[in-house]
Amino acid sequence: MSIAKAQKTYTHLLEVNGLKTYFKTDAGIVKAVDGISFTLDQGETLGIVGESGSGKSVTNLSIMRLIQSPPGKIVDGEILFEGEDILKLSESELRHIRGNEISMIFQDPMTSLNPFLRISTQMIETIRLHQDVTRKEALAKSIEMLKLVGIPAAEERIHNYPHQFSGGMRQRVMIAMALSCEAKILIADEPTTALDVTIQAQILELIQDLSKKLNTAVILITHDLGVVAGMCDTVCVMYAGKIVEKAKTHDLYAKPSHPYTFGLIQSVPRLDKAQDGKLFSIEGQPPNVIDLPPCCPFHPRCHKVMDICRTQYPPTKDLGNGHEVSCWLFADKKEHSHE
Amino acid sequence: MTKYIIRRLLGIIPTLLVIITISFFIVRVAPGGPFDGERALPEVVKRNIEAKYHMNDPLIVQYGRYMFDVLRGDLGPSYRYKDHDVNFYIFQSLPNSMILGVIAISISILFGITSGMLAAVRQNTWVDYLSMALAVIGISVPLFVIGPVLQYIFAMKLQWLPTSGWFTAGGGIKTIILPALTLAFADFATIARLTRSSMLETLRSDYIRTAKAKGMKSSAIIFKHSMKGAMLPIVSYLGPAFAGIITGSVVVEQVFRIPGLGKFFVQSSFNRDYTLIVGVVIVYSVILVIMNFIVDIVYSLLDPRITYK
Ligand SMILES: Nc1ncnc2c1ncn2[C@@H]1O[C@H](COP(=O)(O)OP(=O)(O)O)[C@@H](O)[C@H]1O
Ligand code: SF4
Ligand SMILES: [Mg+2]
Repeated sequence: MSIAKAQKTYTHLLEVNGLKTYFKTDAGIVKAVDGISFTLDQGETLGIVGESGSGKSVTNLSIMRLIQSPPGKIVDGEILFEGEDILKLSESELRHIRGNEISMIFQDPMTSLNPFLRISTQMIETIRLHQDVTRKEALAKSIEMLKLVGIPAAEERIHNYPHQFSGGMRQRVMIAMALSCEAKILIADEPTTALDVTIQAQILELIQDLSKKLNTAVILITHDLGVVAGMCDTVCVMYAGKIVEKAKTHDLYAKPSHPYTFGLIQSVPRLDKAQDGKLFSIEGQPPNVIDLPPCCPFHPRCHKVMDICRTQYPPTKDLGNGHEVSCWLFADKKEHSHE
Repeated sequence: MTKYIIRRLLGIIPTLLVIITISFFIVRVAPGGPFDGERALPEVVKRNIEAKYHMNDPLIVQYGRYMFDVLRGDLGPSYRYKDHDVNFYIFQSLPNSMILGVIAISISILFGITSGMLAAVRQNTWVDYLSMALAVIGISVPLFVIGPVLQYIFAMKLQWLPTSGWFTAGGGIKTIILPALTLAFADFATIARLTRSSMLETLRSDYIRTAKAKGMKSSAIIFKHSMKGAMLPIVSYLGPAFAGIITGSVVVEQVFRIPGLGKFFVQSSFNRDYTLIVGVVIVYSVILVIMNFIVDIVYSLLDPRITYK
């Protein structure tokens, strides 16, 4: 079995195909993630950008199969990790992936560590879940990890409780814990949103340095395109549960194609361009993803909206070099002209 | 911590003095007096009695005298029962109520926490529905119904247990079982519901999601990561509940004919038996204050974020 597994060939470390995650609520079915696909390779850093509510967290919780069910359910798609579908794994196989192959750090470091247990307890148990080591070895490894993420006096601090650390320090602890089993993928869900602006850059830099050092692939979720520019190789722009544009970071900035992406880039404050008083911002609200009729979900806010946008979801067009965009502006008009 | 404990213990004294003072005056403000029976007493007799109990002295003098006695541990003579003083009645009945109460609350803790946890972990399954149905019965059906139902089933029909009586009165140790179960029912229900909701809330928290994301087994998540946090509301509830249950229950004492403290809470009020009323209030307050103190200590042991200095 394990030999067969090892010999199995796969082209991408992680491959998400047509993932759909829906929530059943009293108001109707929330199509939080509605048919998205992307890939991640070893050592790559992928950014997922989008406004709050666009389905970024649900995407990544789906990868870990941490969607609360009920009300949530992964209704379609496949998530191939090293060629094997995570959605088909048993509970125990899944536990082997979680924290070991793929690990995750969350938005709010203040609530993501267990307030009732010492840092040492929480770190040691993580290591011992996945590695056959003694408590002492696990403690030594934990201290080493804490030093790596820049916790001063790690030997003593490791015996403290989470509330004895600042927000930034707690996020460092989370990172240390997430990387303590040498996971192949680190998912960071808005890791700096809850932190002071001054700390944000440090934490991002830390993630970047460590992932380079350990050759970890990273999925970085953010609503800040500015962060993506500095860190990511590839970017997926999410809107209302769909990926509307996907490209190498450089291409996305050089040629933002989807009107939503364009708006996002315009709204990033820039130092090299004079601002005419106020920042550009996309007007209007993201749509309610309950019972959304077939249409481009961005059309109520789009300056370039056409008739067809209101009645059909645009097809995905490859602009070359893996630059994909879902917008009627780029679709082959001929193909759809009869509609 | 030691400093904190000493400070808290010293703080209990003024609290109790205030409680005693307030109850002393309140009972005397209420209309009627201990010697206003259905038939009015002859004037001479009434005056004699009032003189005996110093009831004609100014209230403040009576208060001073009473406080002086209480501080020496003497709760005074009963105004209604002539044979013994308040100390006697209380300390004769309190141990019975305590034994019954401790057994009952232990039962409710054991079963309440277990079924609340099971209900939370198996949310929306028959386990959940069954334990919550039991809890609803426990909360909505009064003790004076549960007691007789248990008596009917286990004493009269099955004849396994005695209907009533008390072991100190020669009834045998089995007499404790039915009243303890009856008394346990209400707290079992509350504890089960509290445990369930608190456990569900904990299981939805961010740090439990972290534990899952680390690859932990659900059993380890429940016992190692959820228990402490989920127990905090139960601990708070148990302080006052414990004080209430070990100071007796009129209903259970009536139904099972148990010589407990509970009946004095009611009788002394009906009788306007001033000293006995204040006496039982003092006993209850002392126990309540001590329980709340213990709750705080347990809380600080469970939750590292709370430190007392
Ligand atoms: N447990 C849930 N129940 C119902 N709806 C949910 C739940 N979790 C997420 N959603 C919905 O899914 C959508 C996407 O949420 P999310 O992925 O958290 O967005 P974000 O991009 O901000 O991370 C939102 O509309 C949200 O309301
Ligand atoms: S499909 Fe139409 S509405 Fe949607 S982004 Fe493109 S132009 Fe705008
Ligand atoms: Mg999110």
